[in-house]
Amino acid sequence: MTVQVGAVRAELGRRRPRFGEPVFRGLVALASLTVLAIIAGLIIVIASTASTGIAHNGLGFLWGTTWDPVRNVFGALPFIYGTLLTAVTALILAMLIGVGVALFLVELSPRWLAGPLGFMIEMLAAIPSVVYGLWGIFVLAPWLRDYVEVPLHSTLGWLPFFSGYPIGIGNLAAVVVLTIMVLPTVAAVSRDVISAVPGSQREAALALGATRWETIRMGVLPYARSGILGAGILGLARGVGETMAVTMVIGNSPTISLSFLAQGYTMASVIANEFTEATTNVYRSSLIEIGLLLLIVTLIVNAAARLLVWRVSYTSTSRSLAA
Amino acid sequence: MADRPGVAVENRGVGVQIEHLDAYYGNRRVLHDITLNVAPNTVTAIIGPSGCGKSTLIRCLNRMHEVTPGARSTGKVMLDGDDIYAAGVDPVVIRQRIGMVFQRPNPFPTMSIYDNVVAGLKLAGIRDRSLLDEVAERSLRRAALWDEVRDKLGAPGGALSGGQQQRLCIARAIAVEPEVVLMDEPASALDPMSTLKIEELIDALRTSYTIVIVTHNMQQAARVSDQTAFLTVGEEGSGFLVEEGPTPLIFTNPRRQLTEVDISGRFG
Repeated sequence: MTVQVGAVRAELGRRRPRFGEPVFRGLVALASLTVLAIIAGLIIVIASTASTGIAHNGLGFLWGTTWDPVRNVFGALPFIYGTLLTAVTALILAMLIGVGVALFLVELSPRWLAGPLGFMIEMLAAIPSVVYGLWGIFVLAPWLRDYVEVPLHSTLGWLPFFSGYPIGIGNLAAVVVLTIMVLPTVAAVSRDVISAVPGSQREAALALGATRWETIRMGVLPYARSGILGAGILGLARGVGETMAVTMVIGNSPTISLSFLAQGYTMASVIANEFTEATTNVYRSSLIEIGLLLLIVTLIVNAAARLLVWRVSYTSTSRSLAA
Repeated sequence: MADRPGVAVENRGVGVQIEHLDAYYGNRRVLHDITLNVAPNTVTAIIGPSGCGKSTLIRCLNRMHEVTPGARSTGKVMLDGDDIYAAGVDPVVIRQRIGMVFQRPNPFPTMSIYDNVVAGLKLAGIRDRSLLDEVAERSLRRAALWDEVRDKLGAPGGALSGGQQQRLCIARAIAVEPEVVLMDEPASALDPMSTLKIEELIDALRTSYTIVIVTHNMQQAARVSDQTAFLTVGEEGSGFLVEEGPTPLIFTNPRRQLTEVDISGRFG
């Protein structure tokens, strides 16, 4: 016995020194530093190329409503407004549908249906953005005009949300396309979060005499709420940054209107549309300034949402101590 | 159920008769022909080795067994003379009359302690704040938790210690004044001091409820129960009832050889 143990120890001792260890550590550290370097480089380049625009436009860029490259007047508010209006409305719709889909898949659907259905929802995310745009222009927009916007306008046209002219292309089309594009993210993440809710929570509610819906409301949703909020953040990030499909259906008019029938413009769209014709230095720099703004808006949205998740999960962190 | 909900009544426990109960997971039979009589206002312990189906048995008593996909049962469970598996019986109503406490404490972690206790009452549609307050305090007192939480009723249920959480779950179960309380190894995830508290609690609650407790701890069964039912695993893998009777009798003078071996030997 002792001889064998001694032999093993000798063998173990021979394996030192280990060169792999520092090499591995160096490689992974380098990989992480690369990410940091890319982000830092991006911000520096965007900020410095936007500096001409920042100097020319001043702070008024943030609330200026005129975008007139010919007269060198650049105000970004219509784009900020358009981005937030479409992304937030689409997110609200996608959350309602997506959480419903997730609840159905996890809590109600028979097993043979849940698999294929979940897969199809994930497929929605695999469709290229430009295809959504094409579909939006040629199918969705005319359909919305004839069957949604005209009836809405004729019955509720007195509301500011449905005033204007029903032409199909506009904020409503952008919201619908964005909703479909954000939906798979929200649904898939919510589904994973909801299926991670322990069965003991459902049993706790059931044992108190809860119905199926009451069990979901009492045992499932509160437990999953921080994760569902996280799903919303991911969806919002996609909605704010989405460019191609929105550009194709929103109408690209830098106006601020409450109406869903009106045409709008987003930050991402104006950059995509106008960078080829931005011939003057100030024009080009102002577009990049919008890019900088988009970056900042995304950061703020993410930070705010993260704060919200943190606040919400703060009250339930103790649940892990329970076990 | 004639009296006002949430109002404690002594000796309101009712009897449960289990008649020829078989339980299955898919095609696998886990319980074989269980017939057992649970008298009102007694504590009945269900004991037996792992895999004998004692948890399945207790889950059949409030129709929680059928919640598991593929699970079903045959036979009758009579609650106060009425079969809970009869056609047209709503399991939701059954579960309001038969409370349950689980092995792992499962308070609603995001709900306050107060809301946890009155959760069942709110499900039943009771909104009267003064009644809710009254029931919350009484239930927490009876669950021996009031003194520890009276100053933090608004704190989340998940913030309590494991033993406190289990007493919170007991308070939640008894707040709706069920006729029967089922306990599935309620102390097995707890430390000895918390276990002792739970056992004292069971002793105090027996005057008001019929209690059925599953335990793998023989001493616990001997300490808390009036009646003991002993299950074991048959050759084909399904659990069956070996014998039942008054706890002192089962532990000191088991009628069957099998019981004696199991009680004095393999478990402790």
